Amino acid sequence: MREVNVSEISETIARLSQEANYFLPEDVLAALQSGRQAEESATGQAILDEILENQQIARTEQAPICQDTGLAVVFIDIGQDVHLVGGDLREAVNEGVRKGYTEGYLRKSVVFPPVRGKNTNDNTPAILHLNIVPGDKIHIVVAPKGGGSENMSALKMMVPADGLDGVRRFVLETVSKGGSNPCPPVIVGVGIGGNFEHVAYLAKKALLRPVGQYNALPEIADLEKELLGKINQLGIGPMGLGGKVTALWCAVEVAPRHIASFPVAVNIQCHAARHKEAVI
Amino acid sequence: MKEHYLTTPLNDEAVAALRAGDRVYLTGYVYTARDSAHQRMFELLSEGKPLPFDIVGQVIYYVGPAPAKPGRVIGSAGPTTSGRMDKFTPALLAAGLKGMIGKGLRSREVKEAIKTYKAVYMAAVGGAGALIARSIREVELVAWEDLGTEAVRRLRVENFPAIVVNDIYGADAYEEGTAKYRTIELP
Ligand code: SF4
Repeated sequence: MREVNVSEISETIARLSQEANYFLPEDVLAALQSGRQAEESATGQAILDEILENQQIARTEQAPICQDTGLAVVFIDIGQDVHLVGGDLREAVNEGVRKGYTEGYLRKSVVFPPVRGKNTNDNTPAILHLNIVPGDKIHIVVAPKGGGSENMSALKMMVPADGLDGVRRFVLETVSKGGSNPCPPVIVGVGIGGNFEHVAYLAKKALLRPVGQYNALPEIADLEKELLGKINQLGIGPMGLGGKVTALWCAVEVAPRHIASFPVAVNIQCHAARHKEAVI
Repeated sequence: MKEHYLTTPLNDEAVAALRAGDRVYLTGYVYTARDSAHQRMFELLSEGKPLPFDIVGQVIYYVGPAPAKPGRVIGSAGPTTSGRMDKFTPALLAAGLKGMIGKGLRSREVKEAIKTYKAVYMAAVGGAGALIARSIREVELVAWEDLGTEAVRRLRVENFPAIVVNDIYGADAYEEGTAKYRTIELP
């Protein structure tokens, strides 16, 4: 057993919360740059230039890329040979978020209770996805998620007969309905299979896959290519003002499903696709 | 793309010159307000009470800024989704509001009210909060400090960049732009 003090997890999460909000990942940056090359609309080009300039300012000034520094979504894979000491893991995660968001001048966007609630003033609690895996390492991802794009996401319990056509229609409808709201160019995460709650998780997980990396299953990779092509034919363009570049990427994750169900989830991620990871 | 350098407050003449798709650079004061502040302003108006600032000719910016770092007047400050304010907007336009800056689609009612009251809806680039913050020179609390990032603040801006989405002629830059580049029908 390897012993890890939970305070180390707090420190790591505090650091990742800030880095994720200041530094746009390289893969997303590269996708924005090639999007700028591909865009034909003059307004779209100007907007992509502003987005690129913005991330550069954020990087140099260590300022948030976007003022909506999100709900802190934290994924932790804990090796089963790790023994956590020094306190409650969930509390340690929240302590990390509290510290990161307060010391990093990040916006506090969490209210509770959900109806007529008050701001918790430290952006806690985080949304925590815990996973036990083989080994003695702890893998942590902090993915701040803004409200604008999250609100344009959707989940549908289809039936198996809807098949791939149903998936295509639902993905295109969802992106189309979102229009300018989720700050396009977006990244589209799609989950297919599992059940009601699992499919949403799959769609969110899809957003963490590096831009440019297709699903390992060839038929799913083909679907990703097809969906991205079709999404970019919708004409929504940068910030919804029209153009060729509506999405930078589309990633699909799949899981086994019940013979009677065909759940599909679409999680929309804005161009401020922030996530940062570390291994303890 | 036509460019306009405008000074707030806005009058009918200035607003009439703006067309969907035009670029605007605003200088002067804009007021911040988003979900909760709109709710409160709407309640005040329905009770016949005065708003915390004189709204005639003014521009509201839908934003909830990030906290200012030491030595800065404001943190990152890009637009939030405007549609959430739709329910309250026609009443504010009736009270004299001339301009709105945000991002995303407006309802049919808001677009109608923009025509009726001769106002303009503009979009700033969502997710460009660090860049936009550079055009904000001064920040002053106007009302409802308890709302935190959602409080009403008066921002002095210089050449604040925006794009006209809905003009007084009923045009919509989102619809027009998308129609121009759409090459697929929804299945
Ligand atoms: S959708 Fe993303 S880029 Fe747009 S305001 Fe929200 S967090 Fe920022």
